[in-house]
Amino acid sequence: MSTQNTNKINDFTIRVATVNGSGSQSANSVLIKSIFYMGIPVAGKNIFPSNIAGLPTWYNIRVSREGYVGMRRDAEILILMNADTFQEDLAQAKPGTVVVFNDKLPQQNMRPDLVYYPMPFNKLVQECCEVSTLRKLVINMIYVGAVAQLLGIDMDKVRHALERQFHNKPKAVELNWKAALCGFEYAKNNVKKNDPYGVLAMDKTTGKIVITGNESAALGALFGGCTVFAWYPITPASSLGESLIDYLAQHRREAEDHQARFAVVQAEDELAALGMAIGAGWAGARAATSTSGPGISLMAEFAGLAYFTEIPVVIFDVQRLGPSTGLPTRTSQGDILFTQFLSHGDTHHLAVIPATPEECFSLSYEAFNLAEEFQTPVFVMSDLDLGMNNWMSDPFTYPKEPFRRGKVLTAEQLEKLGAAGFERYGDPDGDGIPYRTLPGTKHPKAAYFTRGSGHTARATYSEKPEDWKWVLDRIAKKIETAKERLPQPVIEKTSGAKVGLIAYGSTHFALIEARDQLAAQGIKTHYLRIRGLPLNGAVGKFIEECEYVYVVEQNQQGQMMNLMKMNYPALAGRMRSVLHYDGMPIDASNIAQPILKWEGKNL
Amino acid sequence: MTQPATTPPATPVQPKTNRLGLTRQNYTGSPSTLCPGCGHDSVTSSIITACFEVGIDPQQLIKMSGIGCSSKTPAYFMSQSFAFNSVHGRMPSVATGAMLANTDLKCIGISGDGDTASIGLGQFMHLLRRNVPMVYIIDNNGVYGLTKGQFSATADKGSKLKSGLANDFPPIDCCAMAIELKCSFVARSFSGDNKQLVPLIKAALSHKGTALLDVISPCITFNNHEGSTMSYDSVRAHDIPLHEIGFVPAVEPIKAEFDPGTTKDIELPDGSHIRLKKIDRDYDPTNRIGALDTIEKSRSKGEWLTGLLYIREGEPDYNTLMHLSKTPLAHMSEKELRPSETVLKEIMGELM
Repeated sequence: MSTQNTNKINDFTIRVATVNGSGSQSANSVLIKSIFYMGIPVAGKNIFPSNIAGLPTWYNIRVSREGYVGMRRDAEILILMNADTFQEDLAQAKPGTVVVFNDKLPQQNMRPDLVYYPMPFNKLVQECCEVSTLRKLVINMIYVGAVAQLLGIDMDKVRHALERQFHNKPKAVELNWKAALCGFEYAKNNVKKNDPYGVLAMDKTTGKIVITGNESAALGALFGGCTVFAWYPITPASSLGESLIDYLAQHRREAEDHQARFAVVQAEDELAALGMAIGAGWAGARAATSTSGPGISLMAEFAGLAYFTEIPVVIFDVQRLGPSTGLPTRTSQGDILFTQFLSHGDTHHLAVIPATPEECFSLSYEAFNLAEEFQTPVFVMSDLDLGMNNWMSDPFTYPKEPFRRGKVLTAEQLEKLGAAGFERYGDPDGDGIPYRTLPGTKHPKAAYFTRGSGHTARATYSEKPEDWKWVLDRIAKKIETAKERLPQPVIEKTSGAKVGLIAYGSTHFALIEARDQLAAQGIKTHYLRIRGLPLNGAVGKFIEECEYVYVVEQNQQGQMMNLMKMNYPALAGRMRSVLHYDGMPIDASNIAQPILKWEGKNL
Repeated sequence: MTQPATTPPATPVQPKTNRLGLTRQNYTGSPSTLCPGCGHDSVTSSIITACFEVGIDPQQLIKMSGIGCSSKTPAYFMSQSFAFNSVHGRMPSVATGAMLANTDLKCIGISGDGDTASIGLGQFMHLLRRNVPMVYIIDNNGVYGLTKGQFSATADKGSKLKSGLANDFPPIDCCAMAIELKCSFVARSFSGDNKQLVPLIKAALSHKGTALLDVISPCITFNNHEGSTMSYDSVRAHDIPLHEIGFVPAVEPIKAEFDPGTTKDIELPDGSHIRLKKIDRDYDPTNRIGALDTIEKSRSKGEWLTGLLYIREGEPDYNTLMHLSKTPLAHMSEKELRPSETVLKEIMGELM
């Protein structure tokens, strides 16, 4: 590796182009884990089609000694296995890109400014795999071995990653190991390395985990005490429900008879999914549903019902690109405004916005506390990039706080209240939060009539203008109380900075990198990351302390900035929008470049 | 226009208190705000009688409904029971969630023909598929009341609105559909026949799983005219009871004084019995295909065949199928719900 520029060590991106359904996920997962086990920060991004098999798919593996895990548009190493995209992938490569490719692909327009390593994958797979039907699945493992050899990835780590990937399947381990070795040997004996890229072991991943946001949110639901989970399959939210099913089955059964301390329902549609969660929340269970944009659209009526009848429920929205069917396998932050006010009439919902796997965990279990504390729906606003991609993270910390079950009256407490009973929709504490009772409470004064129609503080039907206004205003007061108890924004101040950046959710990782890029150009920035909605005073104060703020979001309409303008109209003149909405995860240059332009600088 | 029959006084003299020591008064609700003479009020009255007589604990019962005239009726009975007047056509999902959350509860759902067969058909069918433990009563009048008289999906083809407009489409028969979907307790009745309806409700309350009661309940204001197949006159003229129905509570000894040739006795899961006395035809309510065939033939003749159309005990209900713990989910403590710190550490270890 003597010819290599050390700057190219542990700092590059590999892009693998394959056909969807060809088993490349396992190969890419092993590749990424092998690098991770070498202690080098690494992140994977799956750019996949809405298709089961046959359409092109790309997988980006970003190796970053600095620990940057956001999206990168450029790739330094291409592994091209798909004939359909071969020419396009080559055309888009930047000069000097390394191209490992299947030598059976038709080679026209081969640019002279790229570094080619053709490999006879079809021939090699015949040599290393006797069973012809399995060849399609193991052919991708050959590039893992070849790339390991070319970059200096430790084959022991590859072996370890394979064993973890196919645990309990020793035959699969051996089959794939043979393929990886075959690729390694071929590269060693036949490829003359002519590029500067490589890896060297570090210690930056020790003690870290690799996990998707959806799995993290499922763990949040498990440790948050979710017992009734109703869902309808939808990309990119399905893996949240599926992970939760696995975790619940393992960790939530009675010791004696293995009966379930949970109920997961695959509902007939998203309306029913939310309806079931609301019914369960009403009856006293910690209940949730998970979905994405189209499901949120269907849930609009029920969301209003839960808001107005004051029923706790958690709604996970793993956002994808819309409107309409949109691009189901592409990411977005396009549901911010819609979920804030979901349903007709004056509704206003609580939301938490995780930015990391750790927050997918901790804000999810917190969502169950908030829902019960405020007796209202709480949205957990994740997205496809955060939810479905693998991320490095510190291990999650066990929740310190006990469950906050909110104001629930028992039969004993009702007895003490005497003949007057309780007001289901009253405000005895002055914080806008009423008391509730749960069905089945053994007391003659426990029951009340839940209805989405007009009602009094005592839950009786009413069409009186003053009753309607009182209840609606009391609910608004409750939401106001909630603002201060929602996850607060995370603020990082930089001495001497005049400009503020405001972002939320999965934009976070690209934003960290963009701040460094801006700093390198002499632009110091403060950073505020929103973690809860409705916005509270801390955001307004931050804007006031900046000359102006750039609000970075992954939607076309500047949805969060519009919320900020509604909340802080006097500060609207200080807000500038940085928007990214083509469905690809946002990358640092998407943020830094427009800001540099505003600031009169060029990269 | 014919007025509905007033409910005849209940058989002999009822005890003043039931097995829980409660009076009938403990089973009543707020005064009805429906039109005087509405069939739904008779159904409500039968529910009160049935629940009082079998001694349903009001504090263990939940009353679920959607939207519409029928869905208002939970306010008119058992005010000591929790009630949820949810959204139009979606009561089944809300009831499903509530019953999963607390398996100790009993549930009566009240819906209408629009709420069930029009806007709510999807959720209704899936509720039946799941066999959610509840009594599902349809107050079926073939017409929308609260929006002033439009057809619903159970209106007969050719039946006319007050304006003279005839319905062009075939009706959805909720009972036939329920039997098709393997619902294990399917009955049809008439709001004006409390002698039939009360024992059917009692039996439904003893059933394990979803018990469907499709109660033809005429709309006095919008569907009680000449030309309507669901007016009081029309329903009375075409009501063909399949059998005389009696209900024998589990606590009473069974007197074997009936003739097995004319009377069928079916045991319900809680030990009570439903007794069906033949009127003028042999009918086997345990024969699914026979039931569908009989319904189809009678409907084609314009008859309303009432009684217990189909029953099959022994099917697992939804809570059983979900393998739920004996402790209701809603009653579980943090200790039972949040796995230990060691478990989290183990999960984290697997992800390293």
